[in-house]
Amino acid sequence: MKDSNFRLDVFKKASLCRNFEEEVIKYLNNKTIKIPVYVSAGQEFISSTISVLSKKKRLKPLLFGQHRCHSIYLSFGGNIKKLIDELLGLKSGCTKGMGGSASIHSKEINMFGHDGLMGSNGPIGVGACFATKKPTIVFLGDAAAEEDYVLGAMGWASQKKLPILFVIEDNNLSILTEKKVRRNWEMADVAKSFKMNAYTINDDPLSIKKISKNFFKKPVLININTNRIYWHAGAGKDSNDTFDRYDYEKKKLGIKAFKIHEDIKKQIKKLWLRQLEIR
Amino acid sequence: MAKTVRDTIKEITYKHLKNKKSLILGQCLSAVGWVGGTIPELREKDGITELSMADVANGGIVVGAGLSKRRPIYVIRYQGFNWFNAPIILNYACKSKEIWNVPCPIFIRGIAMEGSIGPVAGSSHHSIYYRMPGIKIISPMTPKEYVLSYKNFMADNDVYYISEHRGSYNNKLELKDYLSKDLDLIIFCISITRFEAKKVREKLLQKGIKIGIANILWIKPFKIKKKWIESLKKSKFGGIILDDDYVRGVASDMAYKLMKISKKKIDVMGLKDRSAGFSKKSDNLPPQSDEIIKTILKKMKLNK
Repeated sequence: MKDSNFRLDVFKKASLCRNFEEEVIKYLNNKTIKIPVYVSAGQEFISSTISVLSKKKRLKPLLFGQHRCHSIYLSFGGNIKKLIDELLGLKSGCTKGMGGSASIHSKEINMFGHDGLMGSNGPIGVGACFATKKPTIVFLGDAAAEEDYVLGAMGWASQKKLPILFVIEDNNLSILTEKKVRRNWEMADVAKSFKMNAYTINDDPLSIKKISKNFFKKPVLININTNRIYWHAGAGKDSNDTFDRYDYEKKKLGIKAFKIHEDIKKQIKKLWLRQLEIR
Repeated sequence: MAKTVRDTIKEITYKHLKNKKSLILGQCLSAVGWVGGTIPELREKDGITELSMADVANGGIVVGAGLSKRRPIYVIRYQGFNWFNAPIILNYACKSKEIWNVPCPIFIRGIAMEGSIGPVAGSSHHSIYYRMPGIKIISPMTPKEYVLSYKNFMADNDVYYISEHRGSYNNKLELKDYLSKDLDLIIFCISITRFEAKKVREKLLQKGIKIGIANILWIKPFKIKKKWIESLKKSKFGGIILDDDYVRGVASDMAYKLMKISKKKIDVMGLKDRSAGFSKKSDNLPPQSDEIIKTILKKMKLNK
């Protein structure tokens, strides 16, 4: 696949995620959504890229995300209407209204819900991968990755040579506490010391693609530096100067990307309105 | 020849691995003794899975294995290690069926023992699991009870916590209830205290005191038998619960339930409300027969 086509494929998924989240922000602000919500706007290129790469490899991996997981669900093909319903607290939601924003689950796309203990998806993903030998992705934030049990599970996954990919979505923040305040080490260094293939890159789709050769052949960790556009939870912004990969790619890909963005925006708006009407 | 509890566990595990293609996970499974002789001497290809020493992570790894529908067995060598092992089991495996409609059946073997092993490794800790929805807790002390526990697990989709005790591994005998409608008092006993209750009954019978015994196998759900309540209601001095865990846990909750149904006073004996030391003097053992007898006699006097 040509790089330009690849980027456009990734952009389509990212656009779905971004436009979905912009609607979420709107309905949070007007209080239609009444639960705590953790939007993934700004970080969507990570799951979008990995889902395109997985599809290219014809793999349907087991997915273990945590609270900022809308983009994982949407990128890997989760039902949009069911996610809307979930955020509205309806029984028709993907987790029957019990999971809310933070514990999204979908049997159809092999996505397992999260229980709220930060980083628990690390060892759980390792165990599922070990017992099934299926390709598995564990998505963690840079803070959850600090949990001791994540590190213990990573070490064991390396020893067992599991087909697992640890993705650290590193937005540098634990709520608002910066990484440099919390630690003086990097996840990729830790993973390397566990004898894993490990990389620190940014969320440029081509950077991720470049290192994807060994995905699901052996344990790999990628620490991806990214940016959270909105608050840890809710609809506010930490800053208006945050680098936005979505805007950057849209400009870079030009007219095609603008058209994709506008088309998806319309579709998503329509879907939200329809679900709000029938609830 | 009758089998011991040890042989029963070993046989169940062997069949679970060989016939069900399942897994048994834990720390030092294949070390000297193979967990008190309860693990068949098989290899990793047969499903014997040695985990690292990272207890909290291991609890999570087992939960992941539970999601695979392979019904793993998880061995926790000392029940006190549950303080590290239980968090992800309790918060994920126990809730998974209810929240996501994804059962996560795991057969957790928590092994108790006591006597000079200090504040962490000693005794039973089933109360840690008791308060969480989505789990069943059984404490089998006989071969038949162990088989029953396993069969229930295989026919169910819940997490099972099996509160074992090393003191039962040599046992070949079934433990029966002693109940009638002319009893002075009934002992409701859990885990290793069931053997002590038998001694108490025999000693007090020599003094002309009629003691009944109700063996508690099912801790959660707490299965109260009709005949227990019938005998309890007719008893002169009510009952006493014996546990190998701290008093403020499962045992107190059971006492409340029994009192509510029978309107009889139920006392509770278990570990004392202090840490266990390694020396004999500072240890914290489950109630011993002499201590139980003293408590019963005091209760009878006060109730006269």
